[in-house]
Amino acid sequence: MLHKTSALALLSAAVSTPLAGYAQSPITLESVSIDLPDRGIMFTGPGSDAVNNNCLACHSASMVLNQPALPTAAWQAEAEKMIHVYKAPVDEKDVPKIVEYLARVQGAK
Amino acid sequence: MKIEHVGPTFTRRRLLGHAGMAGLTLAAGPALAQTIVELPLPGGPGERPITTAFPQKGAMILQRSRPPLLETPFEVFDKGVFTPDDQFYVRWHWAVIQTDVDVDKFRVAVRGHVNQVLSLSLKDILSFPRVEIAAVNQCSGNSRGFFQPRVAGGEWANGAMGNARWTGVRLKDVLDRAGVKGGAVQVRFNGTDEPVVPDGPKFMKSLDIDHARDGEVMMAYAMNGRQLPLLNGFPLRLVVPGWYGTYWIKAINDIEVLDQPDDNYWMKIAYTIPDTPHADMSPGQTGVKMVPINRMPPRSFITNIKSGETVRANAPTLVRGIAFGGDADVARVDLSSDSGKTWQATTLGKDEGKFSFRQWQASVTLPGAGNYTLMVRCTNGSGVAQPDQANWNPSGFSRNVIETTPIIAA
Repeated sequence: MLHKTSALALLSAAVSTPLAGYAQSPITLESVSIDLPDRGIMFTGPGSDAVNNNCLACHSASMVLNQPALPTAAWQAEAEKMIHVYKAPVDEKDVPKIVEYLARVQGAK
Repeated sequence: MKIEHVGPTFTRRRLLGHAGMAGLTLAAGPALAQTIVELPLPGGPGERPITTAFPQKGAMILQRSRPPLLETPFEVFDKGVFTPDDQFYVRWHWAVIQTDVDVDKFRVAVRGHVNQVLSLSLKDILSFPRVEIAAVNQCSGNSRGFFQPRVAGGEWANGAMGNARWTGVRLKDVLDRAGVKGGAVQVRFNGTDEPVVPDGPKFMKSLDIDHARDGEVMMAYAMNGRQLPLLNGFPLRLVVPGWYGTYWIKAINDIEVLDQPDDNYWMKIAYTIPDTPHADMSPGQTGVKMVPINRMPPRSFITNIKSGETVRANAPTLVRGIAFGGDADVARVDLSSDSGKTWQATTLGKDEGKFSFRQWQASVTLPGAGNYTLMVRCTNGSGVAQPDQANWNPSGFSRNVIETTPIIAA
């Protein structure tokens, strides 16, 4: 959803120095306020609690569900990257559960 | 020193709160999914919803709702060389995005190794000479979903790119107003988006000082004649012609001139590619020197014929598409209808500038019924042509292999 909160306009034409050949129609900048749509689906099935509770603050489930089938080691590496690089506050005891879940639903067969 | 962000200050706590009671707040929204597109990614999954639920955006392929990753539906590229702002791809790294911009209150700081620290309003920005450039913005990972073996990341098809006429001001002019001190080596750009977690690495990118002052790099407030959609970086985004989109920082509110090379995570570790021809390496290969991703190589696409489509045999078929030269102009685009054995030159469309998409077209007559493979190859003004072998690297960056389109003549 889009709200335009201000009708105030800033016109640049009067103060700009045109480059040769470029159109110089005035450009109006308006204040903007938006609402983003909801965050989408959640993980489901056995073991999904650990993934829902630890992963969805930073990104939607779709990020995971659109991944190709990856080996368990690759899912382990992804989980560790989220924790160590992106500082995701994941409970250590949940890590094996998360990896197990991801390897099951998105694992290389 | 850090400039405080304007706008709603704290969504971080709200987001973490949401995660704790996820069952209540993260339910699926019917408005999000309308129709489904099947991206031809090897091994899948290729199904993605088409969404119109994002503000100021039209129909987009939903890769991820938070932080938003929205891909341009490929048919858009057949309509012309300029990608409409409401269908221009969207890519954010962190989920905390400023969703309110007050044009009277927004400020961008210029600080660091300068003579005079600045805090510029949008009115100040509009008082600089206004410039315009047509330029392609392409995600470093555009086409990642076609990598084999597959790699983790945003699983884009070919729609994480777009071309627009950007309007704004030269970065050089803004830096000159602050007065860059001798010994400056890089300029770092920082936007209003913030990590969800307190210690997460803030998304920032840097350019070498000479690049930042080359007169081409600019800060745009408009694309295709209208103010930027918020999700494309309103009110100010960096435009780095010929360079990958990772450098085109959105909603810039902080510009810092550095007297040391930037070693922040997003420069030193993320967004690095093998320092090899075509950024290519083997899966599992170790000891490869990595460098920050930088200039784009050329690419070209057929836009009016889909893979698997049937055309008439023994009759002229119009083949049309787009090309871009990357960091140089499009010198030529060649088309093959026999799997690359022979090539014919295509006719190039209007030149909108060296960094723009350029349309091309050709007529081919397929000699009899059967299966054919169309291939299209761009050569840029520096003599760089698309390679005939796909590259591979673990991040899925810099794909620019010659595209192949199998078709049937009947």
